[in-house]
Amino acid sequence: MTDPTPPPERSRPRLGVFKFASCDGCQLTLLDCEDELLGIAEELEIAHFLEASSDIAPGPYDLALVDGSISTPEHRERIRRIRAESRYLVTLGACATAGGIQALRNYADVTEYMETVYARPDYIETLATSTPISAHVPVDFELRGCPIDRAQLLEVITAFLAGRKPGIPNHSVCFSCKQRGNVCVLVAHGTPCLGPVTHAGCGALCPTYGRGCYGCFGPAATTNLGALIPVLRDDGMSDGDIGRLLHTFNVTAFTAVEEKDLP
Amino acid sequence: MTEHSAASSAVSRVVRVPALTRVEGEAALHLRVQDGAVTDAHLRIYEPPRFFEALLRGRAHTEPVDITSRVCGICPVAYQMTACRAVEDACGVVVDGRLAALRRLLYCGEWIESQTLHIHLLHAPDFLGHADLVSMARTHREHVERGLRLKQAGNSIMELLGGRAIHPVNVRLGGFHRTPTRSELRPLAERLAIALDDAWDTVRWVAGFDFPDAECDTDLFALAQPGTYAIESGVPTVLPADGTLSPYSFPVGDFRDHIIEEQVPHSHALHSRLDGRRHLTGSLARYAISGHLLSPLAREAAREAGLGDPPPACGPARGDVCRNPYRSILVRAVEVLYAVEEALRIIDAYEPPPRPYVEVPPRAGEGHGATEAPRGLLYHRYALDEDGRITKAALVPPTAQNQGAIEEDLRVLVQSALTRGRTSDAELARLCERAIRNHDPCISCSAHFLDLDIERVSGRSPGPDGRETTVQPP
Repeated sequence: MTDPTPPPERSRPRLGVFKFASCDGCQLTLLDCEDELLGIAEELEIAHFLEASSDIAPGPYDLALVDGSISTPEHRERIRRIRAESRYLVTLGACATAGGIQALRNYADVTEYMETVYARPDYIETLATSTPISAHVPVDFELRGCPIDRAQLLEVITAFLAGRKPGIPNHSVCFSCKQRGNVCVLVAHGTPCLGPVTHAGCGALCPTYGRGCYGCFGPAATTNLGALIPVLRDDGMSDGDIGRLLHTFNVTAFTAVEEKDLP
Repeated sequence: MTEHSAASSAVSRVVRVPALTRVEGEAALHLRVQDGAVTDAHLRIYEPPRFFEALLRGRAHTEPVDITSRVCGICPVAYQMTACRAVEDACGVVVDGRLAALRRLLYCGEWIESQTLHIHLLHAPDFLGHADLVSMARTHREHVERGLRLKQAGNSIMELLGGRAIHPVNVRLGGFHRTPTRSELRPLAERLAIALDDAWDTVRWVAGFDFPDAECDTDLFALAQPGTYAIESGVPTVLPADGTLSPYSFPVGDFRDHIIEEQVPHSHALHSRLDGRRHLTGSLARYAISGHLLSPLAREAAREAGLGDPPPACGPARGDVCRNPYRSILVRAVEVLYAVEEALRIIDAYEPPPRPYVEVPPRAGEGHGATEAPRGLLYHRYALDEDGRITKAALVPPTAQNQGAIEEDLRVLVQSALTRGRTSDAELARLCERAIRNHDPCISCSAHFLDLDIERVSGRSPGPDGRETTVQPP
């Protein structure tokens, strides 16, 4: 029989995991760290992680991981409380960092959206927009992806524990393809690909599977959409196709790039 | 203590309880107790609306596979497979043979991962008196490590075949972007051979838990597929709660004639009823309807776990139907064992298909698809115009279908606790949270707060225990 007495508690940094409007996938990535999960729990006190534990401790939190976008009046209040209680706040993924796919409502009539889905829209409480966390409170680090990459999440946590900046490159997916030795699907196969303008982090997954990148990590630090769009047209995409490709999981971020790159 | 006995007096109290944890979603429970009887039990789902049905309109028919995946990070493959089936149905294309087998393999990966997550991280702590996996690891390290290893085996299928476990990138309408070679699948088989032992050990482990008595008195609803345990396809089939009614099936295209969704003021999830009755989808329903089609190994495990022999396919149900929601953990464990075995079988028989996908040219029309997500039957419907643009979309997730059954479970549970005698609000809340977790609700949503409002109303003199008129200061 194992001794059920827990080891004496040492003072560890306190972790809070919080969620707003999202699919849950980014915070689930933490539970997908099967090899590291118990180790993380030794280094960090998991003070607030509702999906994983019914042990809930109040703040303050040393590290706050925030999943999801701000899409209801209650969200606006709650994110301010979380920020006030958190020393280092990291957003996880496209929803928290760019408003997510649900930000498509920002470019539509939200009342019409509600009427499409619900017979009684008056029962529904929502904001007309879905916005990133950074539109409401200061954010210390933004992790990209729909969903985030597990290795990048571990890097952010490790860097936090070591007191250094996370080593997360902000170049494009093209760099990852070269590192992986992929043949360029855009140049060699004529497959439309957003890799040249998309933030790295996934390890160039789509091109590795013979598919063009669909931009789920949002825009890279430097982009040149003006050069890419004619190539996409040559590969058979209509302007409507290109618009839909850009306006999906990171619609707000790519819209901002369009405004910058395509005056 | 204050007592109210006037006929017109209505007393209510609000009890705040700790957040509803170890589920995916934000929910509140409203209970109305009148003269000692629970008259209403409402599970309020606060999922902030993300309007998928609205934003899908105008999209190409190739897009729902990636877009609807984002409804749920817990069961993205279920959404991808269901979207494919529904759009392919609209276009008159059937994907079968080796491509269908690969889809089933990917789905097995999600079943293994998601069911193992629920068993070990969300559900088992209830049976062992722990708050979470980390705390459970102090006393049950070996079981926790085995659970994580098994979960990882499921993820490894999705990572190899799908590119990643959450929102896989390799699925496309008509099949896959790229199909693996035989030798690429071989390491997976080695890993799954270990997982098979782990899955067996998991069944034995959960079989040793103590299960409270409970019975879910609703119709059971799952897909049925001749000759196999339905996962990625099948015909919607009902096992009515009323034992005098025979089981029946209907074509998936008639889904909306049988499952009626309605909006209720207390929830952002649409409630649904099956032919006017409450129903339950998920592991218990699948096992009752298709359990006889499990492999000999999985049936042996089920028998060893005390689940008995499920009824055969046709005629009025005769056989062991498990309706105890607490024991759903046993069925999940058996389903994981089956999914591991099935994955090994598919890998063993695998030959790469001649092409990674079949073409699915668009055409105007409507299509329906249903598959068995880990949590139950998931249904998609799309209407396309002649260019393949989506003009209408409907998604009916299992948790919305189960909401009525969960509420009924809670009503019965609280009623029986009140009838037995004194139950503190904290204890009631704990029981309710546990009962909700039995159904593994997936309420991909914002925060996870369960506000338990118990409204206790008395229309006459207090009962013998006086509890229904007890009011605590706010």
